[in-house]
Amino acid sequence: MRTLEQTTQEVLDLAAKHFQLPAGSLAPEDDFFKKLGIDSLQTLEMLSRLENHFGIELPDYEVQGVSNFKTLAERIQSRL
Amino acid sequence: MLDLSQYQSVGAALKDALDRFASEVCLIEADREREKERLTYRDFRERAHPLAKALQDAGFSAGDRASIIMTNQAKWLISAYAVFFVGGVLVPLDYKLTPDEQWQLLKHSGATVLITEYPTWRQLNASGGRASANVQTVLVTEAPPNAELAGARRWEEFRGTSDPAFVLRVRKDIASIVYSSGTGGRPKGCMMTHENYLEQCVALTSIYPFWPGVRYLSILPTNHAIDFMVGFFGPFTCGAAVVHLRTLRPEYVRAAFPKYKITYVSLVPLVLKNLQKGLQARFDALPAGKRKIFNTLVAVNKILTKRRPRLAISRLLLKPVHEAFGGELRAIIVGGAFTEPQTLQFFYDLGIPVANGYGLTEAGTAITVNDLKPFRADTVGKPLPGMEVRILNLASDGIGEVAVRSKTIMAGYLNDPELTAETIVDGWLMTGDLGKIDEHGHLQLRGRKKNIIVTEEGKNIYPEDIESVFEGLPVKEFCVFAANYIWPKRSMTGEQLVLVLHLEPGQSLSDELRREINARNQRLLNYKRIHGVVLLEEDFPRTASLKIKRNVLAERLAKLDRAAAVLLL
Repeated sequence: MRTLEQTTQEVLDLAAKHFQLPAGSLAPEDDFFKKLGIDSLQTLEMLSRLENHFGIELPDYEVQGVSNFKTLAERIQSRL
Repeated sequence: MLDLSQYQSVGAALKDALDRFASEVCLIEADREREKERLTYRDFRERAHPLAKALQDAGFSAGDRASIIMTNQAKWLISAYAVFFVGGVLVPLDYKLTPDEQWQLLKHSGATVLITEYPTWRQLNASGGRASANVQTVLVTEAPPNAELAGARRWEEFRGTSDPAFVLRVRKDIASIVYSSGTGGRPKGCMMTHENYLEQCVALTSIYPFWPGVRYLSILPTNHAIDFMVGFFGPFTCGAAVVHLRTLRPEYVRAAFPKYKITYVSLVPLVLKNLQKGLQARFDALPAGKRKIFNTLVAVNKILTKRRPRLAISRLLLKPVHEAFGGELRAIIVGGAFTEPQTLQFFYDLGIPVANGYGLTEAGTAITVNDLKPFRADTVGKPLPGMEVRILNLASDGIGEVAVRSKTIMAGYLNDPELTAETIVDGWLMTGDLGKIDEHGHLQLRGRKKNIIVTEEGKNIYPEDIESVFEGLPVKEFCVFAANYIWPKRSMTGEQLVLVLHLEPGQSLSDELRREINARNQRLLNYKRIHGVVLLEEDFPRTASLKIKRNVLAERLAKLDRAAAVLLL
């Protein structure tokens, strides 16, 4: 079982990889809309990648209003 | 299709549709690759009538207001039908608003019944705004077995046992209160009458018809005027089917087209543009030889569809593209915001007509629609049947304010006669948008007169609505504007918000102040954020009651050079 810290790190690594950013360039508190300059659609694409990685389904309503990696990791953690 | 001229209310038309098309499929609901449900009109009635009866038993009666806050799903439409059946007024709210915003609109609308999904209810309940609203009955869908319902009742168990009594409403009665925006200082609740919907439906389906067998993919939120019309009332009165997806991940949306043989879909410009980018990338990746053949086929298609769409030929010529969309797609309806002409042309050249148009919630959805005779990417089409469009206060370049008169214009804004009087003048709806009508009768939009931005996601953002986030900012005074309102631009794209600051004497835009502004900006949803700051070294003009005179302030700011004045954050 992963810890929340591990999940958060994996989320950050995968997001960096997905958007082709250097590893370590994202932080848990980062707002992904602002930091990555992405729209809601691109966010959904990132979520699909995270779902595949963690082997979970994250219903759209669970991520409604979530805009930073830390909260996103918490939502993922609760479904692991 | 039902002859809607014979009907007095939305409820009466829907009730007859359920009888007339009883054995046709009306709803398909899918969650990812799994199809959850497929209902005929008969099944729909069997679900809706016990709910209507239970509402009646709970004392809900004619003119009472019931709000729905749900993602697009079968229970949204079933609930709305039940509300109309018993003569209620529907208050559809955006599920993407924050709980505080939702409570504010629930209070403003006077809704006594709330129908929502369990996760939304959990958030609403946590926000503590309930005391301010007059919601007495809360129904929640899909609550887990041991969930804490906090006074709500399970939608699935809220069922009456005998037949409900149908309650007739007349055309001029209010059918719904739709919030076009305005979650801040001044909620704008458009009171839509039964006549508004009946007339709009007749007008729209005369150009984009539905019939049994048509499948509409419902992606835009159903609380939005467009989806309510083309994803519920329109298809239902014609016996067509609506497909709901419980997740809007692009891969599942893409898969739904071939899986369910979609006929129509509505999208906001942002999604359409995204689709364009994806397709273009795939075309660019084709090997040189194949690409050349493909480009030739597109060129041939362009010639053959110059005067009008010829779906059968386009589907043959550009088979792989059309198969990716399921092979049955007749048109993509795009709305909610302005769409760039090159995006519209891109799809039309592939043989996929984009039904672009122009509308406002206040006008009962669409005012103009491209009738494809021939297709024009540079306009928002011609007025729909029954719509009178005039251009008022013409400037020297022939551009003026678009005004509309028709039976689809709302009755007014709820509890706001002053704003209603400003907006509807002698029966004409003043849209606040600027445009001109060309020699072929097509409307061309050329900017806005009002202080608002509309994002590519179709969100109307009123600057005053986001000012509360900056309350307490350590400056003398501040105000938020749409940059194009201050510095008018004959354009409908690239709209941005700016924060105008009047600093204290001796104060400067320090790093600390910037950080504070940025931190507050982050609290706003991404599409509501301000783009830059404008500094003004004078007191803001104010009324006797100390309200900022926004138009006077805008005139003063207009004297500044935009490029130099807007300091990026």
